[in-house]
Amino acid sequence: MRRREFLAALAAAAIEVRYPAVAPQRALAFPRDHGAHPDYRIEWWYLTGWLRSADGEALGFQITFFRGRPPFDSANPSRFAPRQILLAHAALADPGLGRLRHDQRAARAGLGLAGISEQTTTVWIDDWRLALEGQRYATRIAGRDFALELELAAGAAPLAQGEAGFSRKGRRVSEASYYYSRPRLAVRGTVERGRGRETVSGSAWLDHEWSSTSMAPEASGWDWTGIELADGGALMAFRMRDRQGAAYYAGGTRLWPDGRRRTFGPQEIVFAPVRRWRSPRTAVEYPVAMRVSAGEEHWTLAPLMDDQELDARASSGTIYWEGAVRALQPDAPGRETGRGYLELTGYWKPLQL
Amino acid sequence: MLRLFVSLNARFAHQRGRTALSVAGIALGVALGFAVNLINRAAVDELAAGVRSLAGEADLVVRGGRTGFDEALYVQLARLEGVAAASPVLEAEAGIARSERTIRLVGIDSLRAAQMQPALFADDPARRIELLRPDAVLLSAAAAEQLQLAAGGRLRLVAGLEVVELEVAGVLPASALRGVAALTDVATAQWRLGRIGELNRVDLRLRPGVDRENLRARIAALLPAGVQVGTVETAQDSGAALSRAYRVNLNVLALVALFTGGFLVFSAQALEVTRRRGEHALLRVLGLERRGVAQLVLVEAAAIGAIGSAAGLALGYALAGTALRLAGADLGAGMFRGVAPALEFPVAAALAYFAAGMAIALAGAWLPARDAARAAPAQALKAGDEQRMFARAAWFWPGMALLGAAAALAQAPAVGGIPVFGYLSIACLLIGGILLMPWFSQAALARIAFTSHAPYALALAQLRGAPGQAMVSLAAIVASFSLMVAMAIMVASLRSSVAGWLDAVLPADLYFRTTYAGETGWLEPAFEAQVRALPQVRRAEFFRSGRMTLDPRRPPVALIARDLARDGTALIFPLVGRAYERQAHDPPPAWISEAVADLYGYAPGQRFELPLGGAHHAFVVAGVWRDYLRQHGAIVIERARYVALTGDRRTNDATLWLAPGASAAGAMQALRALPGGDLLEMAAPGEIRDASLRIFDRTFAVTYALEAVAVLVGLFGLSSSVAAIVLSRRREFGMLRHLGMTRAQISSMLAAEGGLLALLGVAAGLALGALISLVLVYVVNRQSFNWGMELHLPYGLLSGLSLLLVALALLTAYVSGREATGMAPVRAVKDDW
Repeated sequence: MRRREFLAALAAAAIEVRYPAVAPQRALAFPRDHGAHPDYRIEWWYLTGWLRSADGEALGFQITFFRGRPPFDSANPSRFAPRQILLAHAALADPGLGRLRHDQRAARAGLGLAGISEQTTTVWIDDWRLALEGQRYATRIAGRDFALELELAAGAAPLAQGEAGFSRKGRRVSEASYYYSRPRLAVRGTVERGRGRETVSGSAWLDHEWSSTSMAPEASGWDWTGIELADGGALMAFRMRDRQGAAYYAGGTRLWPDGRRRTFGPQEIVFAPVRRWRSPRTAVEYPVAMRVSAGEEHWTLAPLMDDQELDARASSGTIYWEGAVRALQPDAPGRETGRGYLELTGYWKPLQL
Repeated sequence: MLRLFVSLNARFAHQRGRTALSVAGIALGVALGFAVNLINRAAVDELAAGVRSLAGEADLVVRGGRTGFDEALYVQLARLEGVAAASPVLEAEAGIARSERTIRLVGIDSLRAAQMQPALFADDPARRIELLRPDAVLLSAAAAEQLQLAAGGRLRLVAGLEVVELEVAGVLPASALRGVAALTDVATAQWRLGRIGELNRVDLRLRPGVDRENLRARIAALLPAGVQVGTVETAQDSGAALSRAYRVNLNVLALVALFTGGFLVFSAQALEVTRRRGEHALLRVLGLERRGVAQLVLVEAAAIGAIGSAAGLALGYALAGTALRLAGADLGAGMFRGVAPALEFPVAAALAYFAAGMAIALAGAWLPARDAARAAPAQALKAGDEQRMFARAAWFWPGMALLGAAAALAQAPAVGGIPVFGYLSIACLLIGGILLMPWFSQAALARIAFTSHAPYALALAQLRGAPGQAMVSLAAIVASFSLMVAMAIMVASLRSSVAGWLDAVLPADLYFRTTYAGETGWLEPAFEAQVRALPQVRRAEFFRSGRMTLDPRRPPVALIARDLARDGTALIFPLVGRAYERQAHDPPPAWISEAVADLYGYAPGQRFELPLGGAHHAFVVAGVWRDYLRQHGAIVIERARYVALTGDRRTNDATLWLAPGASAAGAMQALRALPGGDLLEMAAPGEIRDASLRIFDRTFAVTYALEAVAVLVGLFGLSSSVAAIVLSRRREFGMLRHLGMTRAQISSMLAAEGGLLALLGVAAGLALGALISLVLVYVVNRQSFNWGMELHLPYGLLSGLSLLLVALALLTAYVSGREATGMAPVRAVKDDW
């Protein structure tokens, strides 16, 4: 009798998790929305930027913290019970080296070793950390062969993407995320790459996005770019690719220096590969140079260096390309009209979030 | 030289039998040695690989044994300066429900572990996430095969008195996880094993450039009592130490077989040299050098060695494969639980055993070869010059010196847990005893009175007058019979001691425990109360057993907390030596097993500390008791004290005394009816006794087998050398026939010779064997296994063996005599052998 009850209790041990849906007309509220949204399935803080070393060298960097909520739960009272999983990737693009210095972390939130805050941006895994205090982000990353310690000052209010922060990612209304960006963060700090501490400064872009279903089943990956334009404005554009590599869905935002903005629909954003590069390590081919069109404007994105492939199999289980790019004027290729980052996912294997 | 050798040995074919016996002797020795080596290597490699596959690239490992430590320690370690990564582990040998098997359940944080052991998830990174699912396990390939489980199956484990059902999410390749093991999430392990908040291992990887020894010392200072920090190698070593003595013991037995093989070569070559004396002399006359003659003999021995060794390697490999398949890596001794080894062919070891076979064969032929070379050709061409070699073999003083050395060596302590000097002492006894045989036989024969019975008198005269040839047979008898006797006495002593011990430790009416061998079964205090309340139960004693590491280089000792009567005198285990009268100011008492006394040097009255509940607590040794169960030692303390120090009220085992009129069957039924009672394993003392003795016999099955082989080789050697001697004396028999002796009289004479010889051998073998058994019982076993035992002589077995040997010698001599005298006397006298 008792055994049967016990077994019945066991069968119910794994509780299916219900994630909250992402719906339009939910106004973003700060600073609460800078913090984590642990009920949702997935969330990330994505920091990319260009740095300039003391002797004028251009470097790219990427620091990303992911939060995931597993689709199952249980009544397990253990402090190890994996209710929130945190991952982090960090990379330093150094043209002098010719490939990325990168490292990664993965941990379950808990016991104080890894965690998130719901009040404002505070996320950490061991000694890797990203936190917002007032209008200033601070981040510290120590990888195998590099370290970053940066302060990033935000001058403007967050840029809500999509419809007031409701960003569609697919043809179904449910395929969407909450999404805001903070372009033009003024960066100061230090970089270590095996030759002591170097002071750096530059400009960075932060994306914060959370969702419960962020990718349509038809999609196999995406191309994303965030460019700080030379005219003082900014461009965010993405497209979801289907299994054949064609555009499945797209979107973007153009911000002008005077504060005007325009949101683009799926038909208005076009990504066209200009040049492909094959990774010697994984034999995966990435379109590292792209022509991006948003409405009537066009840019050619050219990488700071070709090899900016990041092998994150030990944390998020995927391999992708995430690199610093220059935006060039298509009709005058020598002319730089902006700088930013290009992300190419799903070229190794269809991405699974 | 080779051509000469080949042509001369065309006659090899004629005496194929004796050569084949020499080859077989060498082959058996090499086969046994190689097989034991292969099995040990497979088991130890597997054990080490198992440790490595889970610890991965960890630089330091913090271990808390079975009791573990608070998970806060993990947080503290992970935050330590100099630590690059920390991976928390909660592992236990879990009992599998409704079976006698266990599985190593390893609760890990897959995300952390992937940093430490990339191999775990190398083939499929998604498994890291699968493992986070509540109640999911990943089985090792060996576990999946043994338990017949695949993905989607259910692994049912015992936790407390309940069954926990875990879902098999997949099977890991052997490259990722070794042994019979299952990975699960650390949270699942904590919850399902009822150990929320506990861990028992943390693997650490250090930052590059950090001084490992320095950090190890800093960590050691942080750890609560009973928790140790060491390297992965420490864990491998203590794993291998578990069985080292047993493995060395088997290796020595194999060496004995090889030694016997060498002896066969010696006796065969000695007879061969004697037989071919004329032939060799002729070759010398024809111009062959002295060295050439010696080389002839040695080349033949080398051929025997080579063929024997090669055959031995093949046989050994086959033997090891069969043994691993049938009995497992521990050969039934229960030392490598959960290990599934694979057999390899180690070239270096094979070459070493081949070389050993060759060396033994050549060493066996060395004396005969030297003798053949020294013989003066002119003298050797005459008949009747066969005894020189053996005359010289009468070494009285060296023999006595070796016996003295044996006595001295037996006093020396073990080296690293191995009774090296004990084994050397046995070797000295054996060689010394054999060297003394010529002296002994002459002294003995001189005291035997002549009778008027002609065949008997002739036999005695022959043995007294020409003892040389007989010495070879005698030495063979003594060598194999003394070893046989020593083993028989040792095993009988151990078995009778174990039987006596079982009677002493099983005084109650009924015993039960939670699972067969797992660490995951336990009884809650409520269950204990229910048992005590049963009307069938008059008195119940409950035990809590665990393991603790007192010295990280040694395997852990068992800690047993048991209910004792109020005055602490109702200890029902067999104390050896004096008990200590506890003084008023003494700390609480602890009773240590002989192994603890031997290994850690504790004596009654001495104070020592035990790590309990995270702190060191003083105890006084109140007595030393005998324990054949836990080779690495056991410590008994009062349960009330244990509960006070640790707060742990759970128990594992219980001993029941039944109420008057209650039957064991009735009590068992009542116990089964209690909640969770159907998971208990219950037994009456008789069953435990029988099962224990069965396990004992299984453990010694290999010993018995090797012993039987040695006996067989010895008996073959005996009969073959008797036959050879008889055949070599055909001319003499021809003469005797001419002098009027009948065939029957000659056969009786030979039987008397053989019988006398065997009697001498048996007498000397018994004496020598008894001496060797003393070393085995009081030195080798004590130092290898920390087993104290009483000497017990198996009189029946020994007299039976003695009779068998004498009868066999009589029979062989008689039968060979009938054969040898079968030809016409005239031809026999002419026969130019």
